[in-house]
Amino acid sequence: MSAQIIKKKLILSFSPELAELPFTYHLVKDFDLIVNIIRAQISPEKEGRLMIELEGEKSKLERGVSYLQNNKIRVDSLEKELFHDKDLCVNCGLCVGVCASRALVLDENDELKFIKENCVMCGICVKVCPRRAFEIEL
Amino acid sequence: MVRTIDEINEKIERDEVVVLTAKEAYDLVKEEGVKKAASKVDVVTTGTFGAMCSSGVFLNFGHTEPPMKMETVMLNSVPAYGYIAAVDAYLGATARSSENFEYGGAHVIEDLLSGKRVRLEATGTGTDCYPKKDIDTKITLDQINEAIMFNPRNCYQNYAAATNSSDTRLYTYMGALLPKYGNVNYATCGLWSPMLKDPEYRTIGIGTRIFFGGSIGYVAWNGTQHNSAKPRDENNLPIGPAGTLALIGDLKSMNKRYVRGAYFEGYGISLMMGIGIPIPVIDEDMMHQLSLGNEDIKTVVVDYSVASRSRPIVREVNYQELRSGFVEIHGKKIPTGSTSSWALAKEIATKLKEMIVEKKFLLSEPVEPLPKNKIVKPLEVRRR
Repeated sequence: MSAQIIKKKLILSFSPELAELPFTYHLVKDFDLIVNIIRAQISPEKEGRLMIELEGEKSKLERGVSYLQNNKIRVDSLEKELFHDKDLCVNCGLCVGVCASRALVLDENDELKFIKENCVMCGICVKVCPRRAFEIEL
Repeated sequence: MVRTIDEINEKIERDEVVVLTAKEAYDLVKEEGVKKAASKVDVVTTGTFGAMCSSGVFLNFGHTEPPMKMETVMLNSVPAYGYIAAVDAYLGATARSSENFEYGGAHVIEDLLSGKRVRLEATGTGTDCYPKKDIDTKITLDQINEAIMFNPRNCYQNYAAATNSSDTRLYTYMGALLPKYGNVNYATCGLWSPMLKDPEYRTIGIGTRIFFGGSIGYVAWNGTQHNSAKPRDENNLPIGPAGTLALIGDLKSMNKRYVRGAYFEGYGISLMMGIGIPIPVIDEDMMHQLSLGNEDIKTVVVDYSVASRSRPIVREVNYQELRSGFVEIHGKKIPTGSTSSWALAKEIATKLKEMIVEKKFLLSEPVEPLPKNKIVKPLEVRRR
């Protein structure tokens, strides 16, 4: 019987010092995982963020995630989703200026547009919104 | 060309009035010029929707049996000021709940307006005429006698934009300001903004009828910190905060869409208010002011990392640049965010236009003009 193969989308957040760590290499070499980088946001002196998809044997994938966490990389599951409550939102756009991945923008009608594909689930909008119109849901 | 308020009101009655929103007036003048636009258009409607901390509501709860003089007053655990006669109280927008720091006076106002039951707890000392000493009950907006919104400072005529040069994130009433000029937040609704469209208060004065939270309200007085002496630029506009308005209206007749509680992380509670003011096109000079756009209206960007009442100015900027999503600071593109809703500002101006056309709103002549040369004084801390 062959081992169960699974796929998982993850968001990795790490401090600038960790930018040197070749963790994608280790995920492939040591844990036999297929690593697909969907989005990367790395700039000097700022927290880095990677959206990746891992594919491999269930037990190896779990060990791979533990390896990342042991190296002080925060791992968030992308099963989570940002929810934008349009009834609570007043379209002010206070979230727009802090949304580094440009998932929140004002459209030509001055209304807030949430571009789900751009969201890296950092959660700053949840904190900043004066109307509490965002929630991260599991 | 000169046009009076009476003439405009007669035109409203005869279904002949021509009303444009601020943006429509801007577009028309671009196309046809000030002179032609002034002869065609009677009224231009403006609007704003944003956090206005200096707001609140006078409530009269009605008398209990036996009667009571309510002194400490709490509404959903938010303290209100009870030292006004027996059953009058003032609930300030920024008052904070003792149980939930994200909930405050502004949210109680929103809950009342939504028809929700609100818990009223009060205590008094007990006197011969007011023997009852405490009460714990539920009230609704319908059931109490009056709910008079009186906001001492609303409708700021322009406001400074905010940024942060320090290494740490700041939480302010202008939102979260990210370190090292991480963002710039601004509050004014640019070309929609009422007080920027009549910058010399030629038609806005004491007694002016306005759109106030979805209902009709009035300018009661100049607002607190009314800084009308602020120097004007070549367009007669102040670059930064200047005049303010004190507004009054009936909370009971308002629409919850335009009256919303807000919580700013790390700062506290505020009330988001929707306000619209019609500007009569009394002459061509007025039309010229009304035609100014986001590219003509400027403000300053100030550095909130300096915790002083006079914060350093980083640069001047116009609302077109702020609205583009980025402003340039020291050669870098900095993302911008707005604390006010331009979508709702536009909606309010459009709604006010409809109310005028449908004869539901007549224009009014100010009873008295607003003071012209007022300055804002600081408070010095003295030992004796």
